[in-house]
Amino acid sequence: MPSEAPPGAAASPGGAVADPGGTVADPGGTVADPGGVPAGDPVVDPVVDHVLEFPGGYTRTTGPVIGRFLTELRDARIVGVRTADGRVLVPPLEYDPATGEDVTGEFAEVGPAGTVQSWAWVGAPRPEHPLARPFAWALIRLDGADTALVHAVDAGDARAMRPGLRVRPRWRAERTGHITDIESFVPEVTKIVSPVRAEYRLRPGRALTRFLEGVARGVLLGCRCGSCGKVYMPYRLSCPECGVAITEERELPDTGTVTTFAINNLPDPRAPEVPFVSAYILLDGADVPLIALVGDVPAHEVRQGMRVRAVWAPRQEWAPSPLSMSNIKWFAPTGEPDAEL
Amino acid sequence: MREVAVVAFAQTRHSAVDEGLSEPELILPVIEEVRRASGLRTFGFTCSGSCDYLAGAPFSFVSALDAVGAWPPISESHVEMDAAWALYEAWVRLQHGDVDSALVYGFGKPSQGDLHQIMTLQLDPYYLAPLGLDHVSYAALQASARGTDRAELDEIVRRSRAAGRANPYALDLPDPEGDAFEVEPLRPYDVAAPADGAAAVVLAAGDLARSVCERPAWITGIAHCMDSHYLGMRDLARSASAAEAARAAGAGKAQVDVAELHVRFSHEEPILREALGLDGAFSAATEVNPSGGPLAADPVMATGLIRIGEAARRVIDGTADRALGHAASGPCLQHNLVAVLEG
Repeated sequence: MPSEAPPGAAASPGGAVADPGGTVADPGGTVADPGGVPAGDPVVDPVVDHVLEFPGGYTRTTGPVIGRFLTELRDARIVGVRTADGRVLVPPLEYDPATGEDVTGEFAEVGPAGTVQSWAWVGAPRPEHPLARPFAWALIRLDGADTALVHAVDAGDARAMRPGLRVRPRWRAERTGHITDIESFVPEVTKIVSPVRAEYRLRPGRALTRFLEGVARGVLLGCRCGSCGKVYMPYRLSCPECGVAITEERELPDTGTVTTFAINNLPDPRAPEVPFVSAYILLDGADVPLIALVGDVPAHEVRQGMRVRAVWAPRQEWAPSPLSMSNIKWFAPTGEPDAEL
Repeated sequence: MREVAVVAFAQTRHSAVDEGLSEPELILPVIEEVRRASGLRTFGFTCSGSCDYLAGAPFSFVSALDAVGAWPPISESHVEMDAAWALYEAWVRLQHGDVDSALVYGFGKPSQGDLHQIMTLQLDPYYLAPLGLDHVSYAALQASARGTDRAELDEIVRRSRAAGRANPYALDLPDPEGDAFEVEPLRPYDVAAPADGAAAVVLAAGDLARSVCERPAWITGIAHCMDSHYLGMRDLARSASAAEAARAAGAGKAQVDVAELHVRFSHEEPILREALGLDGAFSAATEVNPSGGPLAADPVMATGLIRIGEAARRVIDGTADRALGHAASGPCLQHNLVAVLEG
């Protein structure tokens, strides 16, 4: 693998090194000879910027083996070379690293899929890295290869990486015959996202309409079964136990007791934050609880028996439609001692 | 084999920041120190190790000769490698039998550039360097391939940094803390602490060694071996070349009292212990990196030579009978040198 320009030739770009006289090497009057600096003058830090760069880059010949690999890459194919003992080296080398012998002239297409053997996660990519977002370096054994290729895996999140992960190359549209013709590898498809959305027009029914009209006035309306005596909240037209019509409306206070609850970790537009608590609240005077949010309290402090009161939205924010529960934001602890359940 | 010994060793007080000294200015005091210690003013052979990419200038190592005094012309050579390999070349040169002494030195000023960029330039220009694979990234791949025991690595760093604080030449670094990754699974403190510095060693053969040093550190074995440069063609969890170098140097023929290892990343220590400990040379009684090692100060390109120098110093001062110096080069412990020193 000869190089046209020896490393030393990279050195003298624009005189920054060969003639440092004007920039660095003649600090005599300022720093190197402190005698010349009048006392009290600020000390000058003699640091200068210096760039080592070979204009246009080195030209390197590839030889037949690496050249074949890079040529196939340009055509979006990956090949390995077979060693005398039949192993496939990917990427190909001119010699077998195990024996030092020349490889055979036989190339074999491999991949494009492969398996991650080990990986390291780059949380903060450097400018020289192949991706500007967090990614993994990985040793990838392409299908049909006996060695591993080092490349980047664009996995989005370190938690997506694991030994055994199946990946495939993501090719650049414009390929030149360079290892970066593969922009990166990406995990194979193992799942899809299915959007779910449908639109409806709902009417609450007569009982719920009656209840919501109450909420619109700032009243919680329940009812009492004339047969069994149970007080239901919210208001309903029949007793589900007795199967008889209910006629007696009853206003209930906006205070009650948490009977059971759940901590929810998925966001909900109605909830103040995540996690939030939805609870069964037995309003004072009711025989069945209603479901409502509990707020103004850390989720882990909510408990059975906790006394709560409805937090009403400010009256000027009440919903213009009469048919909404949004006038009540949630229930919050009253600070009273817990109730016996 | 001709008997050759380390008879003098000196190093700078390594600095994490550029203290404004040029490379010859860094080297001059350590050359003077080994001249004083050995009583030798001139040497049959002189060899240095450094990396021009650290200075960003071609043939920058030539100017370092200003610190040596090269007129009338001296017999001199240079390796674009850690100076441990300059010591190897000097040892080979002394085997010729026509000269009896050699001066070896190495130096580096990583503060002048970005070591990530510079270490990338050493890689395969076809398959690896174009990816921008930097030294912490490929080390993290090796750590991942081996599997990391976080408590074990933390203890290696803690022990190395504590030893470094007790070593006047190493950096003062705090106990490791923080759970951020540089490149997962490596944390910033798992990475050797780059420092500006230099070191020098005087080798002498046979009777000259005995006459200039009360207790020379005889090099009873020295060898270096290399693995494939391409990371995907070898088992990164192991260092086969370190094991082979240790075998060839005869490391396992007897107990090793002190081992100074070129551990640039904490996970390399267990890999090297396993590789070099073949044949039972290491035991619980082996002190590993009592100087703190590179995790406490890494004057790049002098660091490997310092491992041999530190090991020799323990033999010369009589606190060890048999010591091992190890140097590494290339990505993921690709190239390993082992020297066995005995009193």
